[in-house]
Amino acid sequence: MTIIENNPELMAEDRNDEENYEGAQTPLRRFLSDFCEARLAVFGFFIILVIALVAIMAPFIAPTDPYNLATVSILDSRLEPGEAMMSGTIAYLGTDGAGRDMVSAMIYGLRISLGVGIGSGIIAMLIGISFGLLSAYAGGKIDSVFMRIVDIQLSFPAILVALVLLVTLGKGVDKTIIALVVVQWAYYARTIRGTALVERRREYIESAVCLGLSKNRIMFRHLLPNCLAPMIVVGTMQIAHAISLEATLSFLGLGMPQTEPSLGRLISNGFEYILSGKYWISVYPGIALLITIVSINLVGDRLRDVLNPRLQK
Amino acid sequence: MQSALVVVIMSFIVFSGVFLVGDPVEILVSDDADQEEREMMIKSMGLDKPFLVQYGIFISKAVRGDLGDSFVFQEPALLLILDRMPATMELAVVALLIAIIFGIPLGVWAGLKPESLASKSIMTGSILGFSLPTFWVGIMMILLFAVLLGWLPSTGRGDVQIILGMPISVFSWDGFSHVLMPAVNLALFKLSMVIRLARAGTREVMHQDYIKFARAKGLKESRIILVHVLKNILIPVVTVLGLEFGGLVAFSVVTETVFAWPGMGKLLIDSIGLLDRPIIVAYLMIIVFLFVFINLVVDICYSILDPRVRLEDIKS
Amino acid sequence: MSFSDSPTLEVKDLKTYFFTKGGIARAVDGVSFSVGRGKVLGLVGESGSGKTVTGFSILGLVDEPGRIVSGEILYRGENLVSASMGRMRELRGLNISMIFQDPMMTLNPVLRIDTQMIEAIQAHEKISKDDARQRARDVLGQVGIASPDERLRAYPHQFSGGMRQRVAIAIALLNKPDLIVADEPTTALDVTIQGQILYEVQKLCSQTGTALIWITHDLSVVAGLADDICVMYAGRIVEQGSVNSVLDNPRHPYTHGLISSVPSRNRRGVPLAQIPGMAPSLLKLPKGCSFGPRCPQVTADCGIIPNISMLDKGRQLRCHNPLDALVSPKLKD
Repeated sequence: MTIIENNPELMAEDRNDEENYEGAQTPLRRFLSDFCEARLAVFGFFIILVIALVAIMAPFIAPTDPYNLATVSILDSRLEPGEAMMSGTIAYLGTDGAGRDMVSAMIYGLRISLGVGIGSGIIAMLIGISFGLLSAYAGGKIDSVFMRIVDIQLSFPAILVALVLLVTLGKGVDKTIIALVVVQWAYYARTIRGTALVERRREYIESAVCLGLSKNRIMFRHLLPNCLAPMIVVGTMQIAHAISLEATLSFLGLGMPQTEPSLGRLISNGFEYILSGKYWISVYPGIALLITIVSINLVGDRLRDVLNPRLQK
Repeated sequence: MQSALVVVIMSFIVFSGVFLVGDPVEILVSDDADQEEREMMIKSMGLDKPFLVQYGIFISKAVRGDLGDSFVFQEPALLLILDRMPATMELAVVALLIAIIFGIPLGVWAGLKPESLASKSIMTGSILGFSLPTFWVGIMMILLFAVLLGWLPSTGRGDVQIILGMPISVFSWDGFSHVLMPAVNLALFKLSMVIRLARAGTREVMHQDYIKFARAKGLKESRIILVHVLKNILIPVVTVLGLEFGGLVAFSVVTETVFAWPGMGKLLIDSIGLLDRPIIVAYLMIIVFLFVFINLVVDICYSILDPRVRLEDIKS
Repeated sequence: MSFSDSPTLEVKDLKTYFFTKGGIARAVDGVSFSVGRGKVLGLVGESGSGKTVTGFSILGLVDEPGRIVSGEILYRGENLVSASMGRMRELRGLNISMIFQDPMMTLNPVLRIDTQMIEAIQAHEKISKDDARQRARDVLGQVGIASPDERLRAYPHQFSGGMRQRVAIAIALLNKPDLIVADEPTTALDVTIQGQILYEVQKLCSQTGTALIWITHDLSVVAGLADDICVMYAGRIVEQGSVNSVLDNPRHPYTHGLISSVPSRNRRGVPLAQIPGMAPSLLKLPKGCSFGPRCPQVTADCGIIPNISMLDKGRQLRCHNPLDALVSPKLKD
């Protein structure tokens, strides 16, 4: 010890190290710069912002109101892109079988698709977090029962579970969200349990227990914040998955009703005309759906690379 | 043991779930039927009994292999589904083969040269494969290859030969041209998954000391990749793919609907539209059995591939 | 100098750098040494001193982003630095083989031992599988594995660490190489196993005339095994010479520090000397002599990298202020 304290050369080296630390970035900055290294992901992020804005502002942006039966005329049905409708508005992307302007229908459809996807994702996440944390924290029988349920549910494909639920429940926004929540919660629960089990053995949890903090406080104020990184990644991917699943269910004739068409329902509507070459009714909503999902996945993919400590050098 | 429990629980969930679905009589009875005819109908279908009694009848028949008669076709639901099963299985198997044959080489390649342009394109492509909703890709494939180019038939199954007692279509050109598009469509998602698994596995294995040691032995790069790397990554890929085969069968519901492929998935969707409860229940029960069976098979495959698992089994 | 006297391997001014995001890491920076037939060279240094990278450089197995920048590696007069990939593959395993540090990681877990041994033989000669298996069996017996026939059919996880390292050594010996690079092959093993393996390796080298480069941080291993010794610090060799003269009379303060920090039976109760501080990061080496900041003898001269000075009996030293010839402690009893 004495050697270290008395050796001026060593002290100098210590100072060097400190300088080094000052130069280091804050975690948030490092996260941002890491994330921005992939230009594609940044691009995806901006697309998501634009899409979200369009969805929120739908009533102000859309040229017509596709839900207003008074203005939608069957005489306008299946107009080609660029033709003018009865009202004089030009349907730049054509109209669908019911005479709705595709641009407007897509903007509103996007709103529903995003709303259902994000809404179900958030609810499923909250439920999954609660069960997963409880399971990890309680351990023992509660844990094994919860995880058995999760395992069994996850062994069946999401599409089947959602299908059965919607057959039972019927159509509608609320029912679709319920079905998607049931399908998704288990993913969140399993992810957070896995992380929480690792974090629970860390010293800060032990010290929190020693301080006599309440279980709830330890779970939600100490354990949860440290388990959030994987949840963000899973959450992003799951929302993309939920949007895709909702579209698929609507295509199969379940999920969203005809009166409130989501992007999936619009594509489904156009499918019957595809063989006669009226491509636009299916193609354009599909592209909108695709861009949405790809953007979210690009961001999610990058988030996983950046937030995954195993891959960091 | 656990599998049996799963089957029993699922049967209850499925039956009670489907029991709640709408009123099949509404659809089946013609509009001008009078009250008496309706009640005859309800009685003949056993719908007048309480729920638990119906479930009891269902179970006692089910163990004897009778999953009830279809309301619509008036035939045993199980037979109707088994009749459609080969078509679905063929589709799923071809899709699985496509996913493996293209997915593993692409994934390994992407894993070997993670910084190359080709590798990055493969990975971006796989994100696309994950993101594209299957049904929309199917519609686009029909639009492109059937409507615009006219290369492939848009719907149906085409010629079928009976091989080993099973109707199979891939061995004739007509049959193959029919199965190609739906199979590719169904494979797309799994293909992306195999690529990602193979790539991640390759990247991890390539950094292991035993690969460097294999190089130090003077092995050719081809042997290192084909034997040392491949055998290691096959374990996770086979496990996941095996488990996902059930997913393929389930997801063929979508592909079959798009391509009007006469499999059991199409039958399910049609039956949902017609509220044909026995078929829905029978389909779901068969799927449950299939999943339990697949889990068993995967466990066996796993122990063949990974010597470490085998040892633990012997110990325990 | 006749052919038989020429060294099996001669490394001249080897430089292997790693081009990382954070800068250039000079992992091996101007290293020269040679090993003759049947001789054992001990390459000693702390972790991160570049000794393992030196070993990988000889086999042409430096991974990205690392690269041999300059220098020569002469194997029987053939320069390996400029050799093609194909030529290197031919040499690896046949003429030059390597034993790795961690026996738990060097064998492929999903392949049987016989597969991994037979492929090493078949990679270099046309030989039937049965003949190859026969040879694999013989070599396994040589390294002291009982019932080799049965063991050949086993998987690596059925072996203990010591057994696995014997298998790895057997694989290195399969093709009777002229040179073996052993990278801390006994570090992960129990002391008793370590002793057995050392004994066997030594015996094999003297019997077959194989040259051996033994990379280690453990001076006591080198003391009993090596003929010559190179002490590496931060990518450079700071002192080299015959093992007895260097260990009995270290001239570089770093070598002296290393020897003093080995606990010894006959110095009980005396506080163990230590080298203060830590090995520097290769990305930001101190100016001048890399050991300067930790050196008790440091002077203003040390701001410049010292040149290699030749001492008597082939000893080389890289220091401005070498220790006197007499103050050195003895490692060997």
